[in-house]
Amino acid sequence: MEKFNLENISLVIGILVILIGLWGLLTQKNLIKIIIGFALFDTGIHIVMVSIGYIKNGTAPILDNAVDINNAANAVVDPVPQALVLTAIVIGLGITALMLTYVLKMYQKRKSLEINNYNDLKW
Amino acid sequence: MVKNILIFIVLIGFAVLLANVFVGFKGNSELNTLANHYAVSGPEEVGSANLVTAVVVTYRGLDTLGEVTILFLSAAIVSFLLKIETSASRKRKLRTTSEILDTASKILVPVTLLFGIYVFINGHLSPGGGFQGGAIIASGLVLMLLSQPAKEVSHKLITIVESISGLSFVLIGVAGVIFAAGFLDNTLLSLGKFGTIFSAGLIPVIYIFVGLKVGAELSGIIANLQENQNEV
Repeated sequence: MEKFNLENISLVIGILVILIGLWGLLTQKNLIKIIIGFALFDTGIHIVMVSIGYIKNGTAPILDNAVDINNAANAVVDPVPQALVLTAIVIGLGITALMLTYVLKMYQKRKSLEINNYNDLKW
Repeated sequence: MVKNILIFIVLIGFAVLLANVFVGFKGNSELNTLANHYAVSGPEEVGSANLVTAVVVTYRGLDTLGEVTILFLSAAIVSFLLKIETSASRKRKLRTTSEILDTASKILVPVTLLFGIYVFINGHLSPGGGFQGGAIIASGLVLMLLSQPAKEVSHKLITIVESISGLSFVLIGVAGVIFAAGFLDNTLLSLGKFGTIFSAGLIPVIYIFVGLKVGAELSGIIANLQENQNEV
């Protein structure tokens, strides 16, 4: 039963979400669906990062009434991966907005969301 | 067919890589040295109850400045690509908004904006901060645009708020170099009493600027995408 604790379960879920996102990126033909695949890939990596920073029986790294400030080092989880994921979420949002803008422009030009209709760069 | 096999091989390869991560992961029972330092001396060095905020705004403040810059860059590219010529744009025919959405948005939009401001002012005490608060403000704008799609969002206001808050963020950082220990050092103001709203030195001030900047940038992206629908 050692493998069935919180951090392992969230790690497995994160890995599955990464694989689903990668599958979507590689197999889908609709541009919007490819972007959704990318967003899933992104989210999966965030889940994996947060679960690697988890400390057994730790609580959120906020020193309020629930945490004794003198014993903080033994009570909270690692704040560094959480700060990294905060950064990564914002950058992922920026990238997603940028990709959606490109798709909007492409659709206005050719009236198609099918990636097979855009073969200018195909060799 | 060959394509499918290749896709399958790539997926299996990734699965093997990630399975290695899972097999090698033993779980942590105590903090590593760096996190231990943040947890033990963070409260007296920085004075922020939320340790994630302490890391984001003070210990790694330069990274946050870079992150805000990336967000600014993507917002700028979006507004550059979606720039519309007012003469060429045709107006969409819009159905009238339903009574429920209209009334609900009138009540909820001001509350959402207020909640966003609350979240970034309390970023050093409770879960939240500038980025989250800015996202909440932008979601309030989405609700407003859903109920009143024809409404014009003032891009001038967005640009002014964004420029002023971005500039203030950098100036605060430079002031830290001159008057305190280093770039974005938060001890420029006194740390105050731990756990109250006027504590943690400059962190609330920096987070207010970050929140305004992120809110303005996301609002700009949303407004651009919404206005561009008229052209299709």
